Amino acid sequence: MSDFSVWQPTAPLENLRRRAALLADIRRFFSERQVLEMDVPILSRRATSDPHIDSITANCSGEPAYMATSPEFGLKRLVAAGIGDCYYLGKAFRNGEAGGRHNPEFSMLEWYRVGWDDHRLMIEVGELLSWVLRIPQVRSYSYRALFLQHVGLDPHRASFAELKDAVARVLELSFEPAGRDECLDLLMSHHIEPRMDGDGGDRITLVYDFPATQAALARVEVDELGVPVARRFEAYVKGMELANGYWELTDAPEQQRRFEADHRFREAQGKPVYPFEERLVQALEAGLPNCAGVALGFDRLLMLACGARRIDEVIAFPIDRA
Amino acid sequence: MASYSTNEFKGGLKVMLDGDPCSIVENEFVKPGKGQAFNRVKLRNLKTGRVWERTFRSGESLESADVMDREMEYLYNDGEFYHFMEPESFEQHQADVNTVGDAAKWLKEQDICVVTLYNGAPLAVTPPNHVILEIAETDPGVRGDTAQGGTKPATLVTGAVVKVPLFLEIGDSIKVDTRSAEYLGRAKED
Repeated sequence: MSDFSVWQPTAPLENLRRRAALLADIRRFFSERQVLEMDVPILSRRATSDPHIDSITANCSGEPAYMATSPEFGLKRLVAAGIGDCYYLGKAFRNGEAGGRHNPEFSMLEWYRVGWDDHRLMIEVGELLSWVLRIPQVRSYSYRALFLQHVGLDPHRASFAELKDAVARVLELSFEPAGRDECLDLLMSHHIEPRMDGDGGDRITLVYDFPATQAALARVEVDELGVPVARRFEAYVKGMELANGYWELTDAPEQQRRFEADHRFREAQGKPVYPFEERLVQALEAGLPNCAGVALGFDRLLMLACGARRIDEVIAFPIDRA
Repeated sequence: MASYSTNEFKGGLKVMLDGDPCSIVENEFVKPGKGQAFNRVKLRNLKTGRVWERTFRSGESLESADVMDREMEYLYNDGEFYHFMEPESFEQHQADVNTVGDAAKWLKEQDICVVTLYNGAPLAVTPPNHVILEIAETDPGVRGDTAQGGTKPATLVTGAVVKVPLFLEIGDSIKVDTRSAEYLGRAKED
Protein backbone atom coordinates (compact mmCIF):
# COMPACT_ATOMS: atom_id res chain seq x y z
CA MET A 1 0.00 0.00 0.00
CA SER A 2 1.49 3.31 -1.06
CA ASP A 3 1.07 6.46 0.95
CA PHE A 4 -0.61 8.36 -1.85
CA SER A 5 -3.67 6.10 -1.79
CA VAL A 6 -4.48 6.14 1.95
CA TRP A 7 -7.60 8.24 1.38
CA GLN A 8 -9.14 5.29 -0.43
CA PRO A 9 -11.12 2.44 1.19
CA THR A 10 -9.11 -0.73 1.81
CA ALA A 11 -12.14 -2.83 0.82
CA PRO A 12 -13.08 -3.35 -2.83
CA LEU A 13 -16.32 -1.49 -3.63
CA GLU A 14 -17.88 -4.80 -4.60
CA ASN A 15 -17.44 -6.02 -0.99
CA LEU A 16 -18.92 -2.79 0.37
CA ARG A 17 -21.99 -3.30 -1.83
CA ARG A 18 -22.18 -6.83 -0.46
CA ARG A 19 -22.02 -5.37 3.05
CA ALA A 20 -25.11 -3.26 2.38
CA ALA A 21 -26.95 -6.29 0.98
CA LEU A 22 -26.01 -8.50 3.93
CA LEU A 23 -27.17 -5.88 6.45
CA ALA A 24 -30.52 -5.79 4.64
CA ASP A 25 -30.71 -9.61 4.47
CA ILE A 26 -30.10 -9.99 8.21
CA ARG A 27 -32.74 -7.41 9.05
CA ARG A 28 -35.18 -9.29 6.80
CA PHE A 29 -34.28 -12.61 8.47
CA PHE A 30 -35.23 -11.24 11.90
CA SER A 31 -38.19 -9.24 10.71
CA GLU A 32 -39.71 -12.41 9.23
CA ARG A 33 -39.19 -14.13 12.59
CA GLN A 34 -40.71 -11.29 14.60
CA VAL A 35 -37.45 -10.41 16.35
CA LEU A 36 -37.30 -6.67 16.98
CA GLU A 37 -34.30 -4.47 16.21
CA MET A 38 -33.23 -2.48 19.28
CA ASP A 39 -30.85 0.41 19.65
CA VAL A 40 -28.74 0.41 22.80
CA PRO A 41 -25.96 2.81 23.86
CA ILE A 42 -22.49 2.36 22.45
CA LEU A 43 -21.24 5.05 24.84
CA SER A 44 -21.84 4.09 28.45
CA ARG A 45 -20.81 4.97 31.99
CA ARG A 46 -20.32 1.25 32.68
CA ALA A 47 -18.16 -1.28 30.94
CA THR A 48 -17.57 -4.96 30.50
CA SER A 49 -15.89 -6.88 33.28
CA ASP A 50 -14.70 -9.60 30.89
CA PRO A 51 -11.24 -10.80 31.95
CA HIS A 52 -9.84 -10.63 28.41
CA ILE A 53 -11.68 -7.73 26.80
CA ASP A 54 -10.47 -4.14 27.16
CA SER A 55 -12.73 -1.13 26.69
CA ILE A 56 -11.90 2.09 24.89
CA THR A 57 -12.28 4.98 27.30
CA ALA A 58 -13.86 8.23 26.16
CA ASN A 59 -14.57 11.44 27.96
CA CYS A 60 -18.15 12.64 28.16
CA SER A 61 -18.94 15.90 29.99
CA GLY A 62 -15.67 15.63 31.87
CA GLU A 63 -16.38 12.13 33.17
CA PRO A 64 -15.03 8.84 31.83
CA ALA A 65 -17.34 6.88 29.57
CA TYR A 66 -16.72 3.63 27.74
CA MET A 67 -17.32 2.47 24.19
CA ALA A 68 -19.50 -0.65 24.35
CA THR A 69 -17.63 -3.90 23.77
CA SER A 70 -21.00 -5.54 22.99
CA PRO A 71 -24.69 -4.57 23.29
CA GLU A 72 -25.24 -7.34 25.86
CA PHE A 73 -26.07 -5.30 28.96
CA GLY A 74 -28.48 -3.00 27.15
CA LEU A 75 -30.30 -5.83 25.39
CA LYS A 76 -30.64 -7.91 28.56
CA ARG A 77 -32.05 -4.93 30.44
CA LEU A 78 -34.62 -4.59 27.64
CA VAL A 79 -35.45 -8.30 27.80
CA ALA A 80 -35.89 -7.98 31.57
CA ALA A 81 -38.14 -4.98 30.94
CA GLY A 82 -40.34 -7.20 28.77
CA ILE A 83 -39.43 -6.27 25.17
CA GLY A 84 -39.33 -9.95 24.12
CA ASP A 85 -37.20 -11.34 21.28
CA CYS A 86 -34.80 -8.64 20.08
CA TYR A 87 -31.56 -7.96 18.28
CA TYR A 88 -28.88 -5.33 17.78
CA LEU A 89 -26.95 -4.86 14.57
CA GLY A 90 -24.35 -2.15 14.92
CA LYS A 91 -20.95 -1.12 16.18
CA ALA A 92 -18.92 -2.48 19.09
CA PHE A 93 -15.39 -1.57 20.19
CA ARG A 94 -12.55 -3.52 21.75
CA ASN A 95 -9.27 -1.91 22.68
CA GLY A 96 -6.07 -3.38 21.30
CA GLU A 97 -7.74 -5.90 19.01
CA ALA A 98 -6.29 -5.40 15.55
CA GLY A 99 -5.09 -7.93 13.01
CA GLY A 100 -6.20 -10.04 10.08
CA ARG A 101 -9.53 -10.87 11.74
CA HIS A 102 -9.86 -7.96 14.17
CA ASN A 103 -10.43 -4.24 14.01
CA PRO A 104 -10.92 -2.26 17.25
CA GLU A 105 -14.20 -0.91 15.83
CA PHE A 106 -16.35 -3.62 14.32
CA SER A 107 -19.94 -4.57 13.62
CA MET A 108 -21.76 -7.02 15.78
CA LEU A 109 -25.05 -8.82 15.49
CA GLU A 110 -26.45 -9.92 18.84
CA TRP A 111 -29.87 -11.40 19.50
CA TYR A 112 -31.97 -12.82 22.34
CA ARG A 113 -34.69 -15.44 22.27
CA VAL A 114 -37.02 -15.59 25.24
CA GLY A 115 -37.91 -19.08 26.50
CA TRP A 116 -35.12 -20.72 24.51
CA ASP A 117 -32.01 -22.53 25.75
CA ASP A 118 -28.56 -22.73 24.13
CA HIS A 119 -29.40 -25.79 22.02
CA ARG A 120 -32.53 -24.20 20.57
CA LEU A 121 -30.60 -21.06 19.71
CA MET A 122 -27.78 -23.09 18.11
CA ILE A 123 -30.34 -24.34 15.59
CA GLU A 124 -31.23 -20.79 14.64
CA VAL A 125 -27.56 -19.76 14.38
CA GLY A 126 -27.07 -22.71 12.03
CA GLU A 127 -30.08 -21.60 9.96
CA LEU A 128 -28.86 -18.02 9.65
CA LEU A 129 -25.31 -19.07 8.70
CA SER A 130 -26.50 -21.72 6.24
CA TRP A 131 -28.75 -19.20 4.56
CA VAL A 132 -26.15 -16.41 4.31
CA LEU A 133 -23.18 -18.59 3.38
CA ARG A 134 -25.08 -21.23 1.37
CA ILE A 135 -23.42 -23.99 3.39
CA PRO A 136 -26.05 -26.64 4.12
CA GLN A 137 -24.00 -28.81 6.45
CA VAL A 138 -24.17 -27.95 10.17
CA ARG A 139 -22.40 -30.07 12.78
CA SER A 140 -22.39 -29.83 16.56
CA TYR A 141 -19.69 -31.10 18.89
CA SER A 142 -19.23 -30.74 22.59
CA TYR A 143 -16.04 -28.96 23.64
CA ARG A 144 -14.99 -32.24 25.21
CA ALA A 145 -15.55 -34.24 22.00
CA LEU A 146 -13.38 -31.81 20.00
CA PHE A 147 -10.53 -32.06 22.52
CA LEU A 148 -10.77 -35.83 22.65
CA GLN A 149 -10.63 -35.98 18.86
CA HIS A 150 -7.83 -33.46 18.23
CA VAL A 151 -5.78 -33.45 21.44
CA GLY A 152 -6.66 -36.78 23.04
CA LEU A 153 -7.60 -35.22 26.39
CA ASP A 154 -10.76 -34.52 28.35
CA PRO A 155 -10.56 -30.73 28.72
CA HIS A 156 -12.69 -30.74 31.88
CA ARG A 157 -10.70 -33.37 33.74
CA ALA A 158 -7.12 -33.15 32.42
CA SER A 159 -4.64 -31.74 34.92
CA PHE A 160 -2.70 -28.53 34.31
CA ALA A 161 0.45 -30.62 33.77
CA GLU A 162 -1.26 -32.79 31.15
CA LEU A 163 -2.58 -29.73 29.35
CA LYS A 164 0.86 -28.08 29.43
CA ASP A 165 2.37 -31.20 27.87
CA ALA A 166 -0.29 -31.21 25.17
CA VAL A 167 0.49 -27.56 24.36
CA ALA A 168 4.22 -28.27 24.25
CA ARG A 169 3.66 -31.09 21.76
CA VAL A 170 2.01 -28.83 19.21
CA LEU A 171 3.29 -25.29 19.83
CA GLU A 172 6.45 -23.36 20.58
CA LEU A 173 5.73 -20.73 23.19
CA SER A 174 7.74 -17.74 24.36
CA PHE A 175 6.21 -18.10 27.84
CA GLU A 176 5.17 -20.64 30.44
CA PRO A 177 1.34 -21.11 30.44
CA ALA A 178 -0.11 -19.70 33.64
CA GLY A 179 -3.08 -22.00 34.07
CA ARG A 180 -5.49 -24.54 32.63
CA ASP A 181 -7.59 -21.96 30.81
CA GLU A 182 -4.60 -20.47 29.05
CA CYS A 183 -3.64 -23.96 27.82
CA LEU A 184 -7.20 -24.59 26.67
CA ASP A 185 -7.29 -21.25 24.80
CA LEU A 186 -3.98 -22.05 23.11
CA LEU A 187 -5.08 -25.52 22.04
CA MET A 188 -8.45 -24.30 20.82
CA SER A 189 -7.22 -21.27 18.87
CA HIS A 190 -3.94 -22.62 17.48
CA HIS A 191 -4.56 -26.31 17.09
CA ILE A 192 -8.24 -27.23 16.96
CA GLU A 193 -9.76 -24.28 15.06
CA PRO A 194 -7.58 -24.77 11.97
CA ARG A 195 -8.37 -28.50 11.95
CA MET A 196 -12.09 -28.34 12.62
CA ASP A 197 -13.16 -28.83 9.02
CA GLY A 198 -11.22 -32.09 8.74
CA ASP A 199 -11.41 -33.26 5.14
CA GLY A 200 -11.88 -29.71 3.94
CA GLY A 201 -15.54 -29.67 2.95
CA ASP A 202 -17.29 -26.45 3.96
CA ARG A 203 -19.45 -26.81 7.02
CA ILE A 204 -20.74 -24.86 9.95
CA THR A 205 -19.37 -26.14 13.24
CA LEU A 206 -21.14 -25.47 16.53
CA VAL A 207 -19.28 -26.21 19.76
CA TYR A 208 -21.17 -26.40 23.06
CA ASP A 209 -20.63 -27.12 26.77
CA PHE A 210 -17.54 -25.03 27.46
CA PRO A 211 -15.43 -25.39 30.62
CA ALA A 212 -17.21 -23.99 33.67
CA THR A 213 -14.22 -21.67 34.22
CA GLN A 214 -15.03 -20.02 30.85
CA ALA A 215 -18.72 -19.50 31.53
CA ALA A 216 -18.67 -15.69 31.17
CA LEU A 217 -22.41 -14.88 31.46
CA ALA A 218 -23.72 -18.39 30.73
CA ARG A 219 -25.38 -20.76 33.16
CA VAL A 220 -23.31 -23.56 34.58
CA GLU A 221 -25.05 -26.95 34.63
CA VAL A 222 -23.94 -30.52 35.21
CA ASP A 223 -23.53 -32.50 31.97
CA GLU A 224 -24.32 -36.19 31.32
CA LEU A 225 -20.96 -37.24 32.80
CA GLY A 226 -21.62 -35.32 36.00
CA VAL A 227 -19.16 -32.52 35.15
CA PRO A 228 -20.22 -28.88 35.58
CA VAL A 229 -20.05 -27.19 32.18
CA ALA A 230 -20.90 -23.72 30.90
CA ARG A 231 -24.02 -23.71 28.74
CA ARG A 232 -22.15 -21.62 26.23
CA PHE A 233 -21.59 -22.29 22.52
CA GLU A 234 -19.53 -20.98 19.66
CA ALA A 235 -19.92 -21.16 15.89
CA TYR A 236 -17.01 -21.61 13.48
CA VAL A 237 -16.74 -21.62 9.72
CA LYS A 238 -13.49 -22.35 7.85
CA GLY A 239 -11.62 -22.31 11.15
CA MET A 240 -12.83 -18.80 11.97
CA GLU A 241 -14.70 -18.07 15.19
CA LEU A 242 -17.95 -16.37 14.24
CA ALA A 243 -20.34 -16.38 17.17
CA ASN A 244 -20.56 -16.92 20.92
CA GLY A 245 -23.83 -17.67 22.68
CA TYR A 246 -25.23 -18.49 26.12
CA TRP A 247 -28.17 -19.94 27.86
CA GLU A 248 -28.25 -16.78 29.87
CA LEU A 249 -27.49 -16.57 33.54
CA THR A 250 -30.58 -15.19 35.31
CA ASP A 251 -29.34 -15.52 38.90
CA ALA A 252 -28.61 -12.01 40.22
CA PRO A 253 -26.35 -12.90 43.19
CA GLU A 254 -24.33 -15.23 40.92
CA GLN A 255 -24.02 -12.42 38.35
CA GLN A 256 -22.76 -10.09 41.09
CA ARG A 257 -20.21 -12.71 42.20
CA ARG A 258 -18.94 -13.18 38.64
CA PHE A 259 -18.50 -9.43 38.14
CA GLU A 260 -16.52 -9.28 41.37
CA ALA A 261 -14.40 -12.30 40.44
CA ASP A 262 -13.67 -10.73 37.03
CA HIS A 263 -12.57 -7.54 38.74
CA ARG A 264 -10.23 -9.42 41.05
CA PHE A 265 -8.75 -11.24 38.06
CA ARG A 266 -8.22 -8.02 36.11
CA GLU A 267 -6.69 -6.31 39.13
CA ALA A 268 -4.30 -9.23 39.69
CA GLN A 269 -3.29 -9.11 36.01
CA GLY A 270 -2.65 -5.38 36.19
CA LYS A 271 -5.39 -4.71 33.63
CA PRO A 272 -7.66 -1.67 33.72
CA VAL A 273 -10.70 -2.23 35.92
CA TYR A 274 -13.90 -0.48 34.83
CA PRO A 275 -17.08 0.21 36.79
CA PHE A 276 -19.33 -2.80 36.30
CA GLU A 277 -22.94 -2.64 35.25
CA GLU A 278 -24.85 -2.93 38.51
CA ARG A 279 -28.01 -2.10 36.55
CA LEU A 280 -27.71 -5.53 34.92
CA VAL A 281 -27.66 -7.11 38.38
CA GLN A 282 -30.75 -5.05 39.25
CA ALA A 283 -32.47 -6.23 36.05
CA LEU A 284 -31.71 -9.84 36.99
CA GLU A 285 -33.08 -9.21 40.48
CA ALA A 286 -36.29 -7.85 38.95
CA GLY A 287 -36.38 -10.98 36.79
CA LEU A 288 -34.73 -11.77 33.47
CA PRO A 289 -36.94 -14.30 31.71
CA ASN A 290 -35.39 -17.62 30.78
CA CYS A 291 -33.61 -16.80 27.51
CA ALA A 292 -30.66 -17.52 25.25
CA GLY A 293 -28.53 -14.95 23.47
CA VAL A 294 -25.73 -14.94 20.93
CA ALA A 295 -23.27 -12.42 19.48
CA LEU A 296 -21.97 -12.79 15.95
CA GLY A 297 -19.12 -10.93 14.27
CA PHE A 298 -20.79 -9.31 11.29
CA ASP A 299 -17.54 -8.35 9.52
CA ARG A 300 -16.29 -11.92 9.72
CA LEU A 301 -19.55 -13.23 8.34
CA LEU A 302 -19.10 -10.77 5.47
CA MET A 303 -15.48 -11.94 5.00
CA LEU A 304 -16.79 -15.48 4.52
CA ALA A 305 -19.58 -14.33 2.21
CA CYS A 306 -17.06 -12.40 0.05
CA GLY A 307 -14.23 -14.95 0.28
CA ALA A 308 -12.04 -12.25 1.89
CA ARG A 309 -8.92 -13.28 3.76
CA ARG A 310 -8.47 -10.15 5.85
CA ILE A 311 -10.99 -8.02 7.68
CA ASP A 312 -9.73 -4.87 5.93
CA GLU A 313 -11.10 -6.31 2.68
CA VAL A 314 -14.65 -5.83 4.05
CA ILE A 315 -14.28 -2.65 6.14
CA ALA A 316 -14.03 0.60 4.16
CA PHE A 317 -11.75 2.40 6.58
CA PRO A 318 -10.09 0.16 9.19
CA ILE A 319 -8.34 1.81 12.15
CA ASP A 320 -5.16 2.73 10.20
CA ARG A 321 -7.24 4.76 7.79
CA ALA A 322 -10.06 5.81 10.07
CA MET B 1 18.54 -1.14 23.83
CA ALA B 2 15.04 -0.57 22.49
CA SER B 3 12.41 -3.27 22.70
CA TYR B 4 9.29 -3.89 20.66
CA SER B 5 5.89 -5.06 21.87
CA THR B 6 3.90 -7.68 19.93
CA ASN B 7 1.61 -5.00 18.50
CA GLU B 8 4.66 -3.35 16.88
CA PHE B 9 5.88 -6.61 15.30
CA LYS B 10 5.79 -6.35 11.54
CA GLY B 11 7.55 -7.89 8.59
CA GLY B 12 11.25 -6.99 8.47
CA LEU B 13 11.58 -5.88 12.12
CA LYS B 14 14.86 -7.18 13.60
CA VAL B 15 14.63 -8.63 17.11
CA MET B 16 16.58 -10.92 19.41
CA LEU B 17 15.13 -14.36 20.16
CA ASP B 18 16.97 -17.01 22.18
CA GLY B 19 20.17 -15.00 21.77
CA ASP B 20 20.04 -14.90 17.98
CA PRO B 21 19.14 -12.00 15.72
CA CYS B 22 15.90 -12.64 13.84
CA SER B 23 13.81 -10.88 11.27
CA ILE B 24 10.03 -10.97 11.67
CA VAL B 25 8.33 -12.60 8.70
CA GLU B 26 4.70 -12.58 9.81
CA ASN B 27 2.69 -11.62 12.88
CA GLU B 28 -0.84 -12.93 13.35
CA PHE B 29 -3.08 -11.67 16.17
CA VAL B 30 -5.04 -14.60 17.59
CA LYS B 31 -7.78 -14.01 20.13
CA PRO B 32 -10.70 -16.23 21.01
CA GLY B 33 -13.66 -13.91 21.64
CA LYS B 34 -13.78 -14.75 25.33
CA GLY B 35 -10.20 -15.91 25.69
CA GLN B 36 -6.73 -14.60 26.02
CA ALA B 37 -4.96 -12.72 23.23
CA PHE B 38 -1.86 -14.21 21.59
CA ASN B 39 0.42 -13.33 18.72
CA ARG B 40 1.53 -16.13 16.46
CA VAL B 41 4.79 -14.98 14.96
CA LYS B 42 7.04 -16.32 12.22
CA LEU B 43 10.66 -15.23 12.52
CA ARG B 44 13.68 -15.92 10.36
CA ASN B 45 16.84 -16.62 12.31
CA LEU B 46 19.36 -14.43 10.52
CA LYS B 47 22.29 -16.64 11.50
CA THR B 48 20.89 -19.94 10.27
CA GLY B 49 18.19 -18.79 7.85
CA ARG B 50 15.73 -21.11 9.59
CA VAL B 51 12.16 -19.91 10.06
CA TRP B 52 10.71 -20.32 13.55
CA GLU B 53 7.09 -20.14 14.58
CA ARG B 54 6.56 -18.90 18.09
CA THR B 55 3.46 -17.90 20.06
CA PHE B 56 3.65 -14.88 22.37
CA ARG B 57 1.18 -13.45 24.83
CA SER B 58 -0.06 -10.19 23.36
CA GLY B 59 1.83 -7.36 24.98
CA GLU B 60 5.06 -9.33 25.44
CA SER B 61 8.11 -7.66 24.00
CA LEU B 62 11.45 -8.56 22.44
CA GLU B 63 14.67 -6.61 22.39
CA SER B 64 15.59 -5.09 19.11
CA ALA B 65 18.58 -6.64 17.37
CA ASP B 66 21.44 -4.38 16.35
CA VAL B 67 21.10 -5.49 12.75
CA MET B 68 21.29 -3.21 9.75
CA ASP B 69 21.44 -3.62 6.04
CA ARG B 70 24.17 -1.60 4.28
CA GLU B 71 24.89 -1.24 0.60
CA MET B 72 28.56 -2.03 0.02
CA GLU B 73 30.91 -2.55 -2.89
CA TYR B 74 32.36 -6.03 -3.20
CA LEU B 75 36.14 -5.63 -3.52
CA TYR B 76 37.86 -9.01 -3.72
CA ASN B 77 38.30 -12.44 -2.20
CA ASP B 78 41.72 -13.13 -0.66
CA GLY B 79 41.19 -16.88 -0.55
CA GLU B 80 39.88 -16.82 3.00
CA PHE B 81 37.75 -13.69 3.32
CA TYR B 82 35.52 -11.67 1.08
CA HIS B 83 36.15 -7.94 1.39
CA PHE B 84 33.48 -5.26 1.13
CA MET B 85 33.64 -1.48 1.34
CA GLU B 86 31.08 1.11 2.35
CA PRO B 87 31.05 3.51 -0.63
CA GLU B 88 30.76 6.72 1.38
CA SER B 89 33.00 6.13 4.40
CA PHE B 90 35.37 3.72 2.57
CA GLU B 91 35.16 1.59 5.70
CA GLN B 92 35.99 -2.02 4.87
CA HIS B 93 34.46 -5.24 6.24
CA GLN B 94 35.53 -8.83 5.76
CA ALA B 95 33.19 -11.80 5.73
CA ASP B 96 34.05 -15.49 5.76
CA VAL B 97 32.71 -18.17 3.41
CA ASN B 98 29.91 -19.20 5.79
CA THR B 99 28.67 -15.65 6.09
CA VAL B 100 28.68 -15.07 2.35
CA GLY B 101 27.07 -18.46 1.72
CA ASP B 102 25.26 -18.87 -1.59
CA ALA B 103 25.73 -15.23 -2.48
CA ALA B 104 29.35 -16.04 -3.40
CA LYS B 105 28.41 -17.43 -6.76
CA TRP B 106 26.96 -14.07 -7.84
CA LEU B 107 29.62 -11.72 -6.51
CA LYS B 108 31.53 -9.75 -9.11
CA GLU B 109 34.15 -7.26 -8.09
CA GLN B 110 32.84 -3.68 -7.87
CA ASP B 111 29.19 -4.77 -7.80
CA ILE B 112 27.06 -3.19 -5.07
CA CYS B 113 25.43 -5.70 -2.74
CA VAL B 114 23.69 -5.59 0.64
CA VAL B 115 25.74 -6.63 3.66
CA THR B 116 23.73 -7.27 6.82
CA LEU B 117 25.71 -6.16 9.88
CA TYR B 118 25.04 -7.60 13.33
CA ASN B 119 26.76 -5.69 16.13
CA GLY B 120 28.87 -4.14 13.41
CA ALA B 121 30.11 -7.41 11.83
CA PRO B 122 28.82 -9.01 8.61
CA LEU B 123 26.08 -11.56 9.25
CA ALA B 124 24.82 -12.15 5.72
CA VAL B 125 25.38 -10.95 2.17
CA THR B 126 22.63 -10.43 -0.38
CA PRO B 127 23.72 -10.03 -4.01
CA PRO B 128 22.01 -7.46 -6.25
CA ASN B 129 18.72 -8.79 -7.67
CA HIS B 130 20.14 -8.48 -11.19
CA VAL B 131 23.78 -9.05 -12.14
CA ILE B 132 25.65 -9.00 -15.41
CA LEU B 133 28.19 -11.81 -15.71
CA GLU B 134 30.31 -13.38 -18.42
CA ILE B 135 29.89 -16.99 -19.54
CA ALA B 136 33.04 -18.95 -18.70
CA GLU B 137 31.99 -22.30 -20.03
CA THR B 138 29.21 -23.71 -22.16
CA ASP B 139 28.62 -25.97 -25.15
CA PRO B 140 29.26 -24.34 -28.53
CA GLY B 141 26.48 -22.08 -29.72
CA VAL B 142 23.91 -23.21 -32.23
CA ARG B 143 23.49 -20.44 -34.77
CA GLY B 144 20.18 -19.48 -36.28
CA ASP B 145 18.28 -21.01 -33.38
CA THR B 146 17.29 -17.81 -31.63
CA ALA B 147 13.57 -18.37 -32.00
CA GLN B 148 13.38 -21.86 -30.57
CA GLY B 149 12.95 -22.34 -26.86
CA GLY B 150 15.86 -24.72 -26.19
CA THR B 151 18.33 -24.08 -23.37
CA LYS B 152 21.70 -25.38 -22.18
CA PRO B 153 23.64 -24.95 -18.95
CA ALA B 154 26.29 -22.25 -18.82
CA THR B 155 28.86 -21.74 -16.07
CA LEU B 156 29.49 -18.08 -15.32
CA VAL B 157 32.83 -16.57 -14.32
CA THR B 158 31.70 -16.45 -10.68
CA GLY B 159 30.82 -20.17 -10.65
CA ALA B 160 27.03 -19.94 -10.92
CA VAL B 161 25.33 -22.27 -13.39
CA VAL B 162 22.43 -20.81 -15.36
CA LYS B 163 20.24 -22.16 -18.14
CA VAL B 164 20.76 -20.03 -21.22
CA PRO B 165 19.46 -20.06 -24.82
CA LEU B 166 21.39 -22.28 -27.23
CA PHE B 167 22.90 -19.46 -29.33
CA LEU B 168 25.06 -18.00 -26.52
CA GLU B 169 28.84 -18.48 -26.53
CA ILE B 170 31.73 -18.41 -24.08
CA GLY B 171 32.63 -14.77 -23.45
CA ASP B 172 29.07 -13.44 -23.87
CA SER B 173 27.78 -11.30 -21.01
CA ILE B 174 24.30 -12.05 -19.73
CA LYS B 175 21.88 -10.54 -17.24
CA VAL B 176 20.63 -12.91 -14.51
CA ASP B 177 18.09 -12.66 -11.69
CA THR B 178 20.02 -13.87 -8.62
CA ARG B 179 16.85 -14.78 -6.66
CA SER B 180 15.72 -17.39 -9.18
CA ALA B 181 19.00 -17.97 -11.14
CA GLU B 182 16.95 -17.12 -14.19
CA TYR B 183 18.48 -15.86 -17.45
CA LEU B 184 16.97 -12.46 -18.25
CA GLY B 185 18.73 -11.54 -21.48
CA ARG B 186 21.95 -10.68 -23.20
CA ALA B 187 23.77 -7.75 -21.70
CA LYS B 188 23.85 -4.95 -24.25
CA GLU B 189 26.65 -2.87 -22.75
CA ASP B 190 30.34 -3.84 -22.98
